[in-house]
Amino acid sequence: MLIEVGHFALALALALSLVQAVMPVWAARSGDGALRAVATPAALGAFACILFSFGALTYAHATSDFSVLNVIENSHTTKPFIYKLSGVWGNHEGSMLLWVLILALFGALVAVARDSVPPTLRANTLAVQGLITFVFVLFIITTSNPFTRVNPAPAEGNDLNPLLQDFGLAVHPPLLYIGYVGFSITFAFAIAALIDGRIDAVWARAVRPWTLTAWSFLTLGIALGSYWAYYELGWGGWWFRDPVENASLMPWLAGTALLHSTVVMEKRDALKVWTVLLAILTFSLSLLGTFIVRSGVLTSVHTFATDPTRGVFILAILILFIGGSFTLFAWRAPMLRQGGIFAPISREGALVMNNLFLAAACATVFVGTLYPLLLEMLTAEKISVGPPFFNYTFIPLAIPLLLIVPFGQTLAWKRGDVHAATQRLFAALAVALVVGLAVLALTWGGPMMAPVGIGLGAYLVVGSVMEIVSRARGYGASRTRGAAAIWRRTVGLPRSAWGTALAHAGVGVVVLGIAAQGWATEGLKTLKPGESLASGPYVATLDRVGPRAGENYAETTAFLTVRNAGGDFVGTVETGKRFYPSRKMTVTESGLLTIGASQVYASLGEVLPEGAIGLRLYYKPLVLLIWLGAVVMALGGAVSLTDRRMRVGAPARARPKSLPSDMAAAE
Amino acid sequence: MSRAFIRRGALALSLLLAASGGARAVQPDEVLKDPAMEARARDISSGLRCLVCQNQSIDDSDAPLARDLRLIVRERLRAGDDDAQVQSYVVGRYGEYVLLRPVFALHTLLLWLTPVAVVALGLFGLWRLSRRRTDPAPQALSADERAQIAALTRRD
Repeated sequence: MLIEVGHFALALALALSLVQAVMPVWAARSGDGALRAVATPAALGAFACILFSFGALTYAHATSDFSVLNVIENSHTTKPFIYKLSGVWGNHEGSMLLWVLILALFGALVAVARDSVPPTLRANTLAVQGLITFVFVLFIITTSNPFTRVNPAPAEGNDLNPLLQDFGLAVHPPLLYIGYVGFSITFAFAIAALIDGRIDAVWARAVRPWTLTAWSFLTLGIALGSYWAYYELGWGGWWFRDPVENASLMPWLAGTALLHSTVVMEKRDALKVWTVLLAILTFSLSLLGTFIVRSGVLTSVHTFATDPTRGVFILAILILFIGGSFTLFAWRAPMLRQGGIFAPISREGALVMNNLFLAAACATVFVGTLYPLLLEMLTAEKISVGPPFFNYTFIPLAIPLLLIVPFGQTLAWKRGDVHAATQRLFAALAVALVVGLAVLALTWGGPMMAPVGIGLGAYLVVGSVMEIVSRARGYGASRTRGAAAIWRRTVGLPRSAWGTALAHAGVGVVVLGIAAQGWATEGLKTLKPGESLASGPYVATLDRVGPRAGENYAETTAFLTVRNAGGDFVGTVETGKRFYPSRKMTVTESGLLTIGASQVYASLGEVLPEGAIGLRLYYKPLVLLIWLGAVVMALGGAVSLTDRRMRVGAPARARPKSLPSDMAAAE
Repeated sequence: MSRAFIRRGALALSLLLAASGGARAVQPDEVLKDPAMEARARDISSGLRCLVCQNQSIDDSDAPLARDLRLIVRERLRAGDDDAQVQSYVVGRYGEYVLLRPVFALHTLLLWLTPVAVVALGLFGLWRLSRRRTDPAPQALSADERAQIAALTRRD
């Protein structure tokens, strides 16, 4: 019964989202304020209905209701409870329902947000959001219904793919979807502005918190996915350049560019058309990211199911939203008034460069992912575009981008001074050079690029710290003296300044982690109990091989003791092969021993009859920095979100009189 | 009927993919005695695609075909081939599809030039834009304006 009500609630949400999409537009034509106000309750109603619907499906999964096809296909009575819950979105139908749930949640949030968005802009935004919700709910109801019943119900389900039975992957999709879907709001705002034919700093201010939220979650989602791939797929890589990973990287790159161009628009009323274009692009890439995976064009581990009718529907959705929005853009963008002029050397100039390199990186990933498909379609020639291609093209774009970061923060708006900026960045540049050269000297004969990366990472981290320090101290004549005064200024810095510094430092931390992988080592050997294998500064000894039982699997485990080069005990690590009888699948479970930010990574190979095993042992120096850095970046986004002007939306910040005026200029 | 068939097909596919997920890649018995030559073999292998997998190099894959390719690479190295010769030997047998880094040729021109082209076009566009929208040259103040300023500053 609950299932049917859930299904019905989804149909109700379809109707409500149609109301949400149509009424504001109608109201704009007839000038009826009451009609326009209908959008808010419609958005809230659609969210409530989808939430109920999602709850019904979750209940079916939690109670293993095998009369529901979706539960049969993805659940099993012996499956641990947390994976029964995550199984709701571990499949195509359920993940689509989660997708629209987040979509409707964002719509409801825009409807009730108490910010200073003009009523017409809000109504138009809700209308666009309503249209997106309508189309996707229609997609679910017509092609991907999660509420299909089966009669008679079987006694047991088919279980969830064991690779997906993992905590990281239970949390990864919701985070990623909040990121993807969050950009739908920015998109809706952009389309609303195009319909209105008007865009200004108020628009940028209204959009910024949504962009920041989406970006922070997408950052976390991608990082979690990367960490999952690292420990679950068993060969120790942290980024595989899988088409699906590329698909999530593209909206991230475009979203990062968007985040920066909105800043320019808010502060200086410039880059309007470009910002609107980026907002459209980012969501288009999010759609592409979600659906290219499901359309079956790019097959990968992430492909849940490939179904031709869905493919056609998905293609129609992509054409409607991407094609439609670009057409609207081409038609209306020339009407948007350009504003704000600036010199090439200025904060704006640096942010434009940031956008240029991010756009180029995004285009490279885009072309690299789709080129083989196109080429095969047009000429029947088959080529592969793999990690080496991306390393050759992506890294040369990333290095200048990262070099600009501290400069951009230091330069003044409108017209900057490179010489003064360089002087202020002297500490960061010096530290980077010293660290880079010291590492190079210490590891002479090793990889050459890794010390460069370490230097670059140090430069970014120190540059961010220096930015806070110099803002707290003030520059030149207005330099603050006395610890108490400096403390007051430090505390008084806007949260967005702290957020920026944190996010940029996080990028530096990621770069440090990536660079350190240049010194990663790998050992490979067949071991009998008592024998050892070395990798980097650590030696692992095989103690024994034995069986171990889990809730819904049987595991053959290798127990290892890790010692350092001096023979001192460091820790133990276990790696195994898990056999899941319900799906007759074997999954390698790698063993991780964390030492500071570094890890020893053990992965079990073949298990030979006489108790010997094939063992792969990696030493991954500072590898955790890659994901910790991403967390720091997302934290920066969160801190920025708490900035006062995000909450009140006031056009000007009230400042205590004691603060020298150059702070306002530096901001 | 056909839907169920497709579902079953998808299930089989995901099983296949997942089965290759617990990668073991290079086995201890494949490793060459000479560590320098083994390092070269690993380097070459990481640039060759496993033809039956999704986006994996033969160095990462545990598919039987990947193992065959790894053995071929090592055999050629032992026979005295240099890295380029080994690569062209494998390409000769399996086609260009096997290379994870596509060759630079006419049919991949667009692919390789994209990053450069986007940056160059962007810079060119910015240059055009900055020429079109420069500040008008500052005009000298008129006598009237001068008098106004003088009046304003005196009041302070």
